[in-house]
Amino acid sequence: MNLKFLFSWRLLPLVLMLIFAFILWRGLNSDPKLLPSALLNKPMPAFMLPDLLAMEKTLSERDFVGKVALVNVWASWCESCRLEHPVLQEIATTQQVPIYGINYKDQVPAALQVLQTIGNPYQRVAFDGQGKTAINWGVYGTPETYLLDQQGIIRYKHVGPLSMEIWQNKLWPLIQQLQRG
Amino acid sequence: MKFIIQLILLFFILFTGAQAQPQEQYPFVNAQQKQQFQQLLKQVRCVVCQNQDIADSNADLAKDLRQQIYDFIQQNKSDNEILDYLTTRYGEFILFEPLFTKSTWLLWIAPFGMLLLGLLVLFRILRCKTET
Repeated sequence: MNLKFLFSWRLLPLVLMLIFAFILWRGLNSDPKLLPSALLNKPMPAFMLPDLLAMEKTLSERDFVGKVALVNVWASWCESCRLEHPVLQEIATTQQVPIYGINYKDQVPAALQVLQTIGNPYQRVAFDGQGKTAINWGVYGTPETYLLDQQGIIRYKHVGPLSMEIWQNKLWPLIQQLQRG
Repeated sequence: MKFIIQLILLFFILFTGAQAQPQEQYPFVNAQQKQQFQQLLKQVRCVVCQNQDIADSNADLAKDLRQQIYDFIQQNKSDNEILDYLTTRYGEFILFEPLFTKSTWLLWIAPFGMLLLGLLVLFRILRCKTET
């Protein structure tokens, strides 16, 4: 056997390990906690929940259809939700897009208290006390924000608090695209 | 004496701490359904504490999912229907064992493939050594 042939076989494990190391290195940059939304490009799941601001009334998915909108899953006990609250207020005051809330596994008085204290960016809030609707939406890490198109199809989902950066770089361009139809 | 006390403490730690049972009670009329429930819990990943299944996890979401699965079993849903419900909403990652599909075949084959390659290379090297 000549030297070259010997050399190539011995090199193979090294080459494979380098490829493997590269794959793992790429993996370091991806956050395992961010699951891609399995509901992307599917209609938002149907629900029937009390309206937090008028508990005798009922809200359903039909109340979230009609305009390009954000659906924000939040709770009074959720600290990260406070972090994104100013961003929601900003979006709400410039009225570029309506924001609907799903109040997740909360107590009505506590939820109302939060809205009264720091402000209410939501057009409507559905009260999901038991969290069963949230499971239907594939919620696992409050806060979560969904982007719906005019037909109520989920076009984007963000897990974790929103930032102005995400709004400007991800959400707003997509919203404009959807509004152009 | 100190050693005996340590031994006794070790005994307690080893034999009383390890039971990973959900805190809630899930009464089943039917032994088969109970088994279905326990087996399913082991197949579903807790997406919050991602290395645990929802049988073990204390996360709130795990508790909610256990309840949801319990409700489904009471409605006589099959394993496939329940797992399908979960993967539609949370994606395939929620299954503890990845499915064997176009995107995961490499994941499954790779360990065997690498073992085979390693053996091949070893064989080659050994053969060369005996020849020279």
